[in-house]
Amino acid sequence: MKILVSVKRVIDYNVKVRVKSDNTDVDLANVKMALNPFCEIAVEEAVRLKEAGTASEVVVVSIGPKPCQEQIRTALALGADRGIQVETEEMPESLNVAKLLAKVIEEEQPGLVIMGKQAIDSDNNQTGQMLAALTDMPQGTFASEVKIDGDKVNVTREVDGGLQTVELNMPAIVTTDLRLNEPRYASLPNIMKAKRKPLDVKTPAELGVELKAHTKLLKVTPPAERQAGIKVASVDELVEKLKNEAKVL
Amino acid sequence: MAILIIAEHDNRTLKTATRNAVTAATQMGDELHLLVAGSNCKAVAVAASEIAGINRVLLSDDLAYEHQLAENMGKLVAEIGKDYSHIVVPATTSGKNFLPRVAALLDVAQISDITAVESENTFQRPIYAGNAIATVESLDAIKVISVRSTAFEPAGNGPSSEISELNISCDCKLSAFVEEVVAESDRPELTSAEIIISGGRGMGNGENFTLLEQVADKLGAAVGASRAAVDAGFVPNDMQVGQTGKIVAPELYIAVGISGAIQHLAGMKDSKVIVAINKDEEAPIFSVADYGLVADLFDVMPELQKQL
Ligand SMILES: Cc1cc2nc3c(=O)[nH]c(=O)nc-3n(C[C@H](O)[C@H](O)[C@H](O)COP(=O)(O)OP(=O)(O)OC[C@H]3O[C@@H](n4cnc5c(N)ncnc54)[C@H](O)[C@@H]3O)c2cc1C
Repeated sequence: MKILVSVKRVIDYNVKVRVKSDNTDVDLANVKMALNPFCEIAVEEAVRLKEAGTASEVVVVSIGPKPCQEQIRTALALGADRGIQVETEEMPESLNVAKLLAKVIEEEQPGLVIMGKQAIDSDNNQTGQMLAALTDMPQGTFASEVKIDGDKVNVTREVDGGLQTVELNMPAIVTTDLRLNEPRYASLPNIMKAKRKPLDVKTPAELGVELKAHTKLLKVTPPAERQAGIKVASVDELVEKLKNEAKVL
Repeated sequence: MAILIIAEHDNRTLKTATRNAVTAATQMGDELHLLVAGSNCKAVAVAASEIAGINRVLLSDDLAYEHQLAENMGKLVAEIGKDYSHIVVPATTSGKNFLPRVAALLDVAQISDITAVESENTFQRPIYAGNAIATVESLDAIKVISVRSTAFEPAGNGPSSEISELNISCDCKLSAFVEEVVAESDRPELTSAEIIISGGRGMGNGENFTLLEQVADKLGAAVGASRAAVDAGFVPNDMQVGQTGKIVAPELYIAVGISGAIQHLAGMKDSKVIVAINKDEEAPIFSVADYGLVADLFDVMPELQKQL
């Protein structure tokens, strides 16, 4: 079985982003970029399935301008077999990403698709579900456990009330939550090896997808800043303040 | 054209998040319809019909919707929703699960987790873990929107509206429900609690969370956690507060042994009053705290319990 994993290039999760002074967007100039943490978990899961003999090949796809090839290489260093970049000028909206991925799925015919549940830049949490609808596949979102059994996959999902398990017909789409696994670090030899793994570049036109705009970003502003308060010296003082000053007790 | 809101429920009770979504929807237009899709969920429809501002309740009662499987819900809501100007859902794990399918089936964008309505087609939403607020205009005929509950007051009750039963069964047979492990607790739910006390890695282990539970019980508070505490197995995942956990905004949030990473702050920094208890005076949590206590939590918590 082939597994397709999609990955996104995003700001490193340790970086606190700043808004541009003209309020047109956030400022990503000279900011450290990385593989979206949830996508990294997706790659790890696919590689583990290959190591366990369940999967035969792991193909990783990224959509975006040329630099996203770095994140494809990172995924290849973690153990994916080959990469596909769909080259676009800008990062397309989720629905367009889903349409491009649907075409890649049509070509590659994977048995399972694993992706991150959300990207930590746009925080949309939607591409996987959209892709599932476009390809008429079942979905197991926010996965903390994935168990393949024949032509079905059981996915345990992190939901508001606790954990829910669903059984999906394959091919299916899984989106990862944080506790699915702990991704490995790529070793130096594997980073070197990754440089020689195949990486195909395609364009939206080749895939027959027209990138239509569905939304317009009007402005980006900083959030309301919270004022830091005071330090209290003791539990007595804390309780007194909460009762008499904040009046929340 | 009217606005379609999808109710969040467990077939027995209507969840408050629905009421927050209704308030957001009232800012987008006047004619509001509320869909209750589930199985044996008539009682939910009755409760929904009493929400102020709702003109009509649509009830889709079918086994196919018992567990709100995304495949079936997505198809149903897309089918009904194609005649509406807006489709509005609370941004709970259930709404997040099926709503993007609706958007894709209707070939429109989804605007996730809105925190403000500027006009019928322009919305604000946090991006980058809440470190920036985007104002986004929808260019689509149908606006598909999920609503961050903490940003809108819950709608109250008003004159009851009519309930119409629908007969659309969408059973895609692509997926099946296996089981649900629900964490049972007598304490209030995190997302609707007035007071929350959360523990982080500093708690050391799961047993030590009883220190928080004892205080929570005195205050009628809910207990939450940081990702580190959940990952370490101290407490279950449904307690995680943050960018990728639950978004909360109680009257009082007490962070105990939590450093205050941006991903955690993203989930709680809109709380009215924040208290931080941490032994490291440099911890970033103090930069958002109204009241900070630099001390060892193992000294503070028993003392706090005594004083309440
Ligand atoms: C993609 C992604 C998503 C994430 N999503 C979330 C999320 O939704 N929610 C979330 O919380 N995190 C999230 N994180 C993790 C986040 O980056 C932090 O790692 C996490 O919040 C740290 O948890 P903590 O504060 O409990 O632990 P630490 O950062 O280890 O802090 C522990 C704190 O406890 C204090 N302490 C220790 N002992 C004591 C004591 N005896 N008395 C008093 N204080 C003590 C220490 O001084 C320290 O400040 C996410 C990370 C990533 C990469």
